[in-house]
Amino acid sequence: MTKAAELAKMGEVLTNSQIGGRRNIIINGAMQVDQRNSGSSVNLANAKVYAVDRFYWIESSSETPTGQRVTDAPNGFTHSVKITNTSTTTTPSYTQLVQSIEGNNVSQLYFGNSSAESVTLSFYVKSSLTGQFSASLRNGASNRSNVSTYTINSANTWERKTITFVGDTTGTWTTDTSVGLDLIFRLDDTGGTSSLNQWTATGDAFASGSVRFMGNASATWQITGVQLEVGSQATPFEHRSFGEELALCQRYYHEQGRVETGHNYEGFVIANAYTTSAARCHYFLPTKMRAIPTFTATGSFELLGSSAGSITGIALADGGGNPSVGLNISASSITDGHAFQLRSHDDADAVFTFDAEL
Amino acid sequence: MNIESVKYVVTYGTTDNSSITCTIDGQEMSVPLDPANRHYQAILEWVAEGNTIEEAD
Repeated sequence: MTKAAELAKMGEVLTNSQIGGRRNIIINGAMQVDQRNSGSSVNLANAKVYAVDRFYWIESSSETPTGQRVTDAPNGFTHSVKITNTSTTTTPSYTQLVQSIEGNNVSQLYFGNSSAESVTLSFYVKSSLTGQFSASLRNGASNRSNVSTYTINSANTWERKTITFVGDTTGTWTTDTSVGLDLIFRLDDTGGTSSLNQWTATGDAFASGSVRFMGNASATWQITGVQLEVGSQATPFEHRSFGEELALCQRYYHEQGRVETGHNYEGFVIANAYTTSAARCHYFLPTKMRAIPTFTATGSFELLGSSAGSITGIALADGGGNPSVGLNISASSITDGHAFQLRSHDDADAVFTFDAEL
Repeated sequence: MNIESVKYVVTYGTTDNSSITCTIDGQEMSVPLDPANRHYQAILEWVAEGNTIEEAD
């Protein structure tokens, strides 16, 4: 590139406000944060399964690929997410990796207005397969979509891809805590559209003629360095600190216990008994979550303290809360008015989860 | 989502429903009555299909 061309490009980038402030709309684009699995392989299914934080897999039927955060990554990155096909199913309606982006985080795109901004997607991808693949943007109602393609030229080689999507000047685009925008990497589909690089009033996410991933046994597909930014130029990946990225993920999912500590006995909360069979506590979330979270307690727990009985259940109290979640601990034969520590009981995998995903 | 064993929980000392206990995709969970919560949204769709949430004890 000549100096003049380089300066012109820089000018365009500056005009589009692509330098300065936060650029990447995607959370966990470098695939570093994996609260649920800590790098373990997970079986993907026809319900949302998170192979890493914020990126979920969803498919139409029960194919059995696996997803895993791995350390194979291009220069400048430490992790990628790897999808491995374990079967040769050729008839799924769809299989895809998705990041659903909260409406609050895409309001600056002005989608649905005449001044809608173009956005540019960039990412690193590697696959055992070569050819045309699909990437798309879609609104939360799945009635506005823009399907584009990228080509993997060499098998098992990291390649960087960039795609610019023009802004959608029509349609309904939410800017609240619901889904504002879905970024979709669809790897298989029985159909496919030939209306590419334009907005259509459909939920399409697959370009006709794209590689059918699920028909290739043992095929692999990896991705990292995912960035979606305002403007028509792809800028270098915006690396955020691990702590920042984790905090952004915790707006949607948080857990305590399990593999993070590896301790068989870990203190979770202090609770006080208000009857002889129940105690209450408040669990303070690290950040206000997108919605009041769903709570799960998995594993073995115990109450420490005088006359502490065995636990029969832990659930939301008085509707939960956000960012302070009320929890009710059902137990047998505890002393009313006493305070207890709730801890895991000889169980390194005991875990509290709080889920406010989209 | 495969939704099973759906039951209301009331606020202590009242008869007001405050959350739901249920099993979704094999995982027992406690779901708030928050319209923005994805599990509650799924339960409402499950109810719209003709299913019923069991009253609290």
